Amino acid sequence: MAGQIPLQLGAKKTKSQSVTEPPWVRRVLISAALLFLALFLVLPLTAIFIKAFEQGIDVYTASITHPDALSAIKLTLLVVVLTVPLNALFGVAAAWAITKFDFRGKSILVTLIDLPFAISPIIAGLVFVLLFGSTGLFGDFLFEHNIQIIFAVPGIVLATLFVTFPFVARELIPLMQAQGSAEEEASLTLGANGWKTFMRVTLPNIKWGLLYGIILCNARAIGEFGAVSVVSGHIRGLTNTMPLHIEILYNEYQFSAAFAVASLMSILAIVTLILKNIIEWKAAQREQQEDVV
Amino acid sequence: MKKLKLKKHSILPGFGLSLGFTTFYISLLILLPLSMIFINTASMSWQDFWTTVTEPRVMASYRLSFGASFAAASINVVFGVLIAWVLVRYSFPGKRLIDGLVDLPFALPTAVAGIALTTLYAETGWVGQFLPFRVAFTPLGITIALTFIGLPFVVRMVQPVLQSFEKETEEVSAILGATRLQTFRKVILPEIFPAALTGFALAFARALGEYGSVVFIAGNMPMRTEITPLLILTKLEQYDYAGATAIAAVMLVISFVLLLLINGLQWWTNKRIAH
Repeated sequence: MAGQIPLQLGAKKTKSQSVTEPPWVRRVLISAALLFLALFLVLPLTAIFIKAFEQGIDVYTASITHPDALSAIKLTLLVVVLTVPLNALFGVAAAWAITKFDFRGKSILVTLIDLPFAISPIIAGLVFVLLFGSTGLFGDFLFEHNIQIIFAVPGIVLATLFVTFPFVARELIPLMQAQGSAEEEASLTLGANGWKTFMRVTLPNIKWGLLYGIILCNARAIGEFGAVSVVSGHIRGLTNTMPLHIEILYNEYQFSAAFAVASLMSILAIVTLILKNIIEWKAAQREQQEDVV
Repeated sequence: MKKLKLKKHSILPGFGLSLGFTTFYISLLILLPLSMIFINTASMSWQDFWTTVTEPRVMASYRLSFGASFAAASINVVFGVLIAWVLVRYSFPGKRLIDGLVDLPFALPTAVAGIALTTLYAETGWVGQFLPFRVAFTPLGITIALTFIGLPFVVRMVQPVLQSFEKETEEVSAILGATRLQTFRKVILPEIFPAALTGFALAFARALGEYGSVVFIAGNMPMRTEITPLLILTKLEQYDYAGATAIAAVMLVISFVLLLLINGLQWWTNKRIAH
């Protein structure tokens, strides 16, 4: 494109100055960006840890080892263990169908996968109340068989499944699309069966993307608040996840305790960010290696 | 190229299994639950539905949700483009760390963000005490919370576009006699515009449905600081299922429209990058 424009060789300017800004403009722009990030990201993050330790380490330890806090942590872990593998499995299946085959209605399927991202978490919780609540579609049936879903753990799991559903698929689809299917086809031609091809060829190719999707899915599953808050019923020690426990403590003006539990979740968030950066770095390295080969 | 056949031939196995499982899972987990909103709404008369979704308290919540989301997404466009620009074009100490930190709002639970921001911007808070006006428990506070959760969208959309942008184009513009500002406005800005707009739409859609980070800082006063998602929850807690569902149906339709819009925008952006 550039070659088609007749260059005026007479109008010489030093390259470096013509494609960047004067130093003072650079400094102003960098400062503005950093100030914004400091105000919106660094300050809140710092506040969480300072508020958590405001009343000393003893209050901190007491807050995170309180029976209600421990049961909230346990429930959150249970929800994660149940939802993340299911959504990872779905993500791999969906990405395989979408990227390896051409079929009608594919774009509709891709849009459907994005749906939970666009929907308010409150609505995500509401739909399960409409299905399984006492006046819901299956309300009478569940009551007769003495099964409780809403205001109980199954409801929390379902709502979390709903909101964390797109993460793995969203990471894998563009990745597998870029990789194509040539390697799988070669493996099959050489006599490997489908399962072996998937385990030996596809999985090693997508492992970083898969891990990244799982980490994002995990972070959201741990932290989901809106959807879970609709279906949980807020029963202490029974149906409170960590974010709901924080809400209760905060509303009871137990600020130090609320921030103590919040600090645990913030550490998880920071670990998530670090892992994400390591994975991105690994993926970039892999790409470079492939370019060399 | 798609043919009119149901599926193009492929030697790869597992089409039936993977598509079958995907369709089954989506139907059970997403489509069936979501259809409940429309089934329940359909059992209301049009008159009832219309009265419910346009009563003054609900209208006030739409105005607040749309207004605050729009303001937050706009702030995010300006600062998102600025942050992306600074991260791609300039070097300064701590750049890698800051680049990694941008995703914090995606990783931090919304309730944690909510209590942290409320504590900072309350009248006695670290920031609030220096401000001559109230932030927490006002629409301004809601806008701040929504700005926080939408912050990464624009940055992460614009960053790759700037990275793949050919510097030669800028050089040509400069050689042809354009000033740096002209080059930015006429060459760079049109190039990043689709990505910035997509980022805006994503941040806006996210802000519209956001709950966790907002409830703490909002104060939740009906007519004044009550966002639409909270109103749905309030109706639900008062066992007004019909009311909650009707408002949810309105929100859901808006979400669908936004999603289609975002898909269109993303397609436009990708075409630009490929080009």
